[in-house]
Amino acid sequence: MALSIVHRATGIALYLGTLLLAWWLIAAASGPSAYASLQAFTGSFIGKLIVFGYTWALMHHLLSGIRHFVWDLGYGFKANEREALTWAALIGGIVLTVLIWIIAYAIGGGR
Amino acid sequence: MSGFRSSMRTPLGRVRNLGASHSGTTDFWRQRLTAMAMTLLIVPVLFVILTLVGRNHAGAAQILGSLPIAIILLLFIVASAWHMKIGMQVVIEDYVHNEKLKLASIMANNFFCFVVALASIYALLKLSSGV
Repeated sequence: MALSIVHRATGIALYLGTLLLAWWLIAAASGPSAYASLQAFTGSFIGKLIVFGYTWALMHHLLSGIRHFVWDLGYGFKANEREALTWAALIGGIVLTVLIWIIAYAIGGGR
Repeated sequence: MSGFRSSMRTPLGRVRNLGASHSGTTDFWRQRLTAMAMTLLIVPVLFVILTLVGRNHAGAAQILGSLPIAIILLLFIVASAWHMKIGMQVVIEDYVHNEKLKLASIMANNFFCFVVALASIYALLKLSSGV
């Protein structure tokens, strides 16, 4: 498994995605009509797809980053340990993403 | 002894102290520092974002303007802007080999991160002041 490129790719995606987060905060500070435009976008199919992808990129990059912390501390360098850490980041990232979206829908994000 | 040296300095002397990059391991350390900051902040940040899901402007503005929430988000914005600036610079240095293009890309990267961070911080402060 060579997933270090995924860590980098999700990092780049998160970098570009900060534009959406900045837009969100600026819209909230600007007023009701600006905020409604943002919500129209994030509520659309494309918007939801982007935010879902962003959630996954964030969760994967977080877990993959924790994997790097483990390596920084000098652990987990054996072949089977590397495999286990990589799979944990991959599966964990997907599980956390789905979990966050279930919570979001449960508290009314589907409106 | 073999070969010519263009300088009297030994290879060791050239990389001593802060090394070839002239900034030593500062970026490496800050990358880890900001990563750890965000790892600690991610649960409260997700909680804040999930609280805002589905609310209208009035509700969102009120929550974002509250003191503890604004502070959590400000800390996360500063850490992430710093982290992504370093991360993107590593990517640029790995793939962009034309020196002038590399410098221009690194400048653009700095500008992007600074603008995104400052715009977000300003928006949050405006929400906190309630104007």
